[in-house]
Amino acid sequence: MFAFQMFGWMARARPKRETLMPNFYAIGVMSLPVVALTGTFIGMVLAIQSYHQFKNIGLETRLGAVINMSLVRELGPVLAATMLAGRVGSAMAAVIGTMRVTEQIDALISMGANPIHYLVVPRFLACVLLIPALTVMADFMGIVGGYFYSVIVLGIDHAQYLRNSREFVGGFDLFTGVFKSVFFGATIAIVSCYRGFHCQPGAEGVGRAATAAFVQSFVMILALDIVLNIFLDAVYFSLWQTGAKLF
Amino acid sequence: MDESILTQMATASSGATRPIIETRGMCLQFGRQVILKDISLKINKGETVAIIGESGCGKTMFLKALVGLLSPTSGSILFDGQDIQQLDDKDMTDLRKRFGFVFQNAALFDSMSISQNIAFPLRQHGVPKGKNAKDLISDRLAEVGLPSNVLPKRPSQLSGGMRKRVGLARALILEPDLLLYDEPTTGLDPIMSDVINELMIRTRVRYPVTSVIVTHDMHSAKKVADRIIMLYPFSRLKHGEPQILFDGPPAELERTRDRRVKQFVHGEAGERLMEMLASKSNSHPDTLNLVDPSHRNGIDEE
Repeated sequence: MFAFQMFGWMARARPKRETLMPNFYAIGVMSLPVVALTGTFIGMVLAIQSYHQFKNIGLETRLGAVINMSLVRELGPVLAATMLAGRVGSAMAAVIGTMRVTEQIDALISMGANPIHYLVVPRFLACVLLIPALTVMADFMGIVGGYFYSVIVLGIDHAQYLRNSREFVGGFDLFTGVFKSVFFGATIAIVSCYRGFHCQPGAEGVGRAATAAFVQSFVMILALDIVLNIFLDAVYFSLWQTGAKLF
Repeated sequence: MDESILTQMATASSGATRPIIETRGMCLQFGRQVILKDISLKINKGETVAIIGESGCGKTMFLKALVGLLSPTSGSILFDGQDIQQLDDKDMTDLRKRFGFVFQNAALFDSMSISQNIAFPLRQHGVPKGKNAKDLISDRLAEVGLPSNVLPKRPSQLSGGMRKRVGLARALILEPDLLLYDEPTTGLDPIMSDVINELMIRTRVRYPVTSVIVTHDMHSAKKVADRIIMLYPFSRLKHGEPQILFDGPPAELERTRDRRVKQFVHGEAGERLMEMLASKSNSHPDTLNLVDPSHRNGIDEE
């Protein structure tokens, strides 16, 4: 119901630039460093975890394919979404919750502003439009981190690493991750704003709303991930009649 | 006298006392909890009405229902003859230009400067023709007695009294027809309370505004209002009793015979103290002894 109201307002009136820009900055620009940093670490961790197992079967040069495929299809979008839910989702719930508790939402309504149009639509648009960029950043930095650890630290052949990466990771894999991220962004915005709007009175109510926003967003991201993976696999197989093969 | 002149005078006189806002059989309840029951009131143009009553009697809910922040469970609210529940979103938004709401804790937007807070209604509804936004902001700020150096500040940098004055400036920016104050003096020191009272009186003198003030500050109600309405908590009423215990000019308050109105006006706990003792004795029989004066005397004597 809350989401329908939000889509209704999005279609009815375009949000003002002055409400959009601060949200784009807070949600997109301010999240970039943390997403880039965690992406780099995840890429390196994947290299560390996979190296010995692949070396035992003599396939360590295929490490790039495994790391990059995992990052682009799965870890990049989920990691970006998790960071966004933690950094931005709980803050959105706390801000809107505080506005509810301190009658600022009533003040908005009394002055003729619709709180869903004024508060939720800009946050939703910022999450949905900027999470693909954050996902691509997490992917890129993860790939760089994985390459650095595999080639520079573990000494895997540079040319073979890159060739295998290019061979197995295609455009559809990148599309899969970015496509999923849009749904994750929408989930974070809707769940967090909803929790803020239905915040219980008092400091405890605001705290609970912020916690619930993160936990529920995260659970829904993972549940949605399963559904979207099944759907995207079905699309892939119906288009190309064959699955991605690593070996 | 010419008949047409008589008709014009009658129209003008009825216009002067025409209610700007009227409630008809308004009820408000949450689940099974009845807050307001069958409230029928008329507030005329230019009147300053204080709604008094103890905490929990539903006076703030009443105020919020008047501007459509809460929907009554039944009954109707008419603003200038229009049933506000029948209005669509656009008409309601247009109607809200004619309301100004001063919230209990000002409800200023934390993320905005004082200047942006005061200008918010202008951004929503546009600057009135022939006027300049900056001039309007500085004029309103001067009217509430604040210096212009507060404009770039954030609400958190101001004191409670200053925040309330900014809230009043924001409510006045579009020169509304109806100004609603929710406990304007609550939480302020006596001097600042009187400053707010004076501002409410000056606002009425300066603009042809109708004011509804929800308060439990009797000094403020008597000083500012020309009509006082007292609400009583529905849960404490006997069956069939009206929820409005008093409706009249402040001078009549002292002459009322209703014990509950007298208790409120003079700030006497009355039977509430006995109820508190009774509930305490039910839950903690031992603690009653500490509160009961006769028992305390007994202890002293020992």
